[in-house]
Amino acid sequence: MGTYVLRRLLLLIPTLFGMSLFIFLMLRLLPGDVVDLMTAGQEQATDESKRKLREAFGLADPLPVQYVKWILGLLLRGDPGKSLRSGQPIGEALGQALPVTLELTLLAVLMATTVAIPLGVLSASHRDSGADFGGRVAGLIGLSIPSFWLATLTLLFTSVVFGWVPPVSWVPPTSDPLGNLEQMLLPAAALAVQLMAIEMRMTRTTMLEVLGQDYVRTARAKGANDRLVTYRHALRNALIPVISVIGFQIGTLMGGSAIIEVIFGLNGIGATLIQAIFNRDYPMVQAAALFLATVFVVINTSVDLLYGYLDPRIKHA
Amino acid sequence: MSDALQVALPAPSLPLAAPTRSTKLQRVWRRWRNPIGLVGGAVILLTLLVAVCAPLIAPYEPSSQAHRRLLPPGAPYLMGTDELGRDTFSRIVFGARVSLQVGALAVAIALVLGTTLGLLGGFYGGRLDDVLMRVVDIMFAFPGLVLAIVIAGLLGPSRTNAMLAIGVVYAPAFARVVRGSVIAVMAEPYMESARVMGASDWLAIRRYILPNVMAPLIVMISVYLSQAILSEAALSFLGLGTQPPEPSWGGMLSAARAYMELSPWMAIFPGAAIMVVVLGFNFLGDGLRDVLDPRLQSF
Repeated sequence: MGTYVLRRLLLLIPTLFGMSLFIFLMLRLLPGDVVDLMTAGQEQATDESKRKLREAFGLADPLPVQYVKWILGLLLRGDPGKSLRSGQPIGEALGQALPVTLELTLLAVLMATTVAIPLGVLSASHRDSGADFGGRVAGLIGLSIPSFWLATLTLLFTSVVFGWVPPVSWVPPTSDPLGNLEQMLLPAAALAVQLMAIEMRMTRTTMLEVLGQDYVRTARAKGANDRLVTYRHALRNALIPVISVIGFQIGTLMGGSAIIEVIFGLNGIGATLIQAIFNRDYPMVQAAALFLATVFVVINTSVDLLYGYLDPRIKHA
Repeated sequence: MSDALQVALPAPSLPLAAPTRSTKLQRVWRRWRNPIGLVGGAVILLTLLVAVCAPLIAPYEPSSQAHRRLLPPGAPYLMGTDELGRDTFSRIVFGARVSLQVGALAVAIALVLGTTLGLLGGFYGGRLDDVLMRVVDIMFAFPGLVLAIVIAGLLGPSRTNAMLAIGVVYAPAFARVVRGSVIAVMAEPYMESARVMGASDWLAIRRYILPNVMAPLIVMISVYLSQAILSEAALSFLGLGTQPPEPSWGGMLSAARAYMELSPWMAIFPGAAIMVVVLGFNFLGDGLRDVLDPRLQSF
């Protein structure tokens, strides 16, 4: 087990390097150029001034040099560089954006989980009943609602019915918890619906699987009542795969929240990334994309490791 | 979405011991009778019909601005008109074309790319497999929508680029499933006997491997079609996909945001259209999984 954990953690290193290289190459090899974009429509922008601008941005170096400079800056100084557009240090920009995205994600996971797991259990323990069928259909509908439509509709609803629009500039929960919640509840709910559907379907499937196991039958045969069997024996085992799905989805949500952030005007990581792409702000795109991908990989690895810990049947060589 | 990927190999085909024509049909019907799946299939067929016959169904030219602006849904304009005086219903009808086309082509790209890589890796193994799977792992390490946004954004906002981006992002998922199935088939005794009898690589792939990969692939295609349509709508919503004035549901929804209080219905119809089609594919995928996946069928 110890060596397995160590091996998995060491494997993160080449994966992260591979990801950084992938992002870097994608940004440099795909067409489009920040300097052309910045000077577009400017008559006085000569080739000479463009060349100078590229040199100033470090874009004139050969690709391997650019990559090594970027990685060394990240590894040795923890410095992802400066935004080409605003000149703001990227670490600072992402540092401001992170709490927004993090809160949005965690709130969404919390909402989704508290609703989905009881519903999934209900659906499985009343298999093929009307409630189960309704739950399955509701789950599929939840999977199919575009989160950005839901977000737009909630905004529409609150503004038309209550004449109220959530405030735009982010209030940290530490300074004004209620104001913060008022602002984040709607976007988090819009984000939560799809996850809710995924979790509910997963809980139902794994519950059904577990309820068919011998030890559940044994518990029933011994006269344990339904409630006890469902919650004590079945749910605890059924939740293990569900936990891994939740973990996997946290990474996805952090990326998927981009569109919700844009709609609600929240300045999170995703919104920052999208803005940077429109600006061709290479260092910013690189840093934001690598950050999201790193979070995703680290969470997935932790979930895998946690899985082995939670389920003693899994023995790693 | 990860549960969609864990599809098992198909059940052995039905025993065909001396069936008369009607009993065979009955048996097929019994196997495929799945209310959720059939509803999904019906929705998809209907959408396809609307897309194909768009010029016959749409009462007006989708780009004609000859109407009064921001009209509510009513008599001549079923879903009202938009900020430029275009008929929303006609645009929704033509938008079905964009949605299905982008979804289908994106999944086709993912399917061809992913299946090829998965076959090569699983069949030939060794170094090639190692390298391919590392690349797949790395691509999997990105949240899908983020990667699609980055690729589509860098290639430049257009419908073709959105399609390419979505296709590339989904390819690794197909590669993984195909590779897994190939490796499982490779271990089968009938595969060994085929090789001993001198079957060529191509024959082995065509005769033994592809048929075994079909069932998981069919389920995946359905599920990823729904995802691709959602992603296209999301990209168009962000301005990275289909560009105006072409009618795309995501783009229409995005345009509607500026007029939300004046004419809320502008935001309602395109989103509902996306949902219905995505729902259709999800229903279909769910039904197909029940029918084709014996592991899940058993409980």
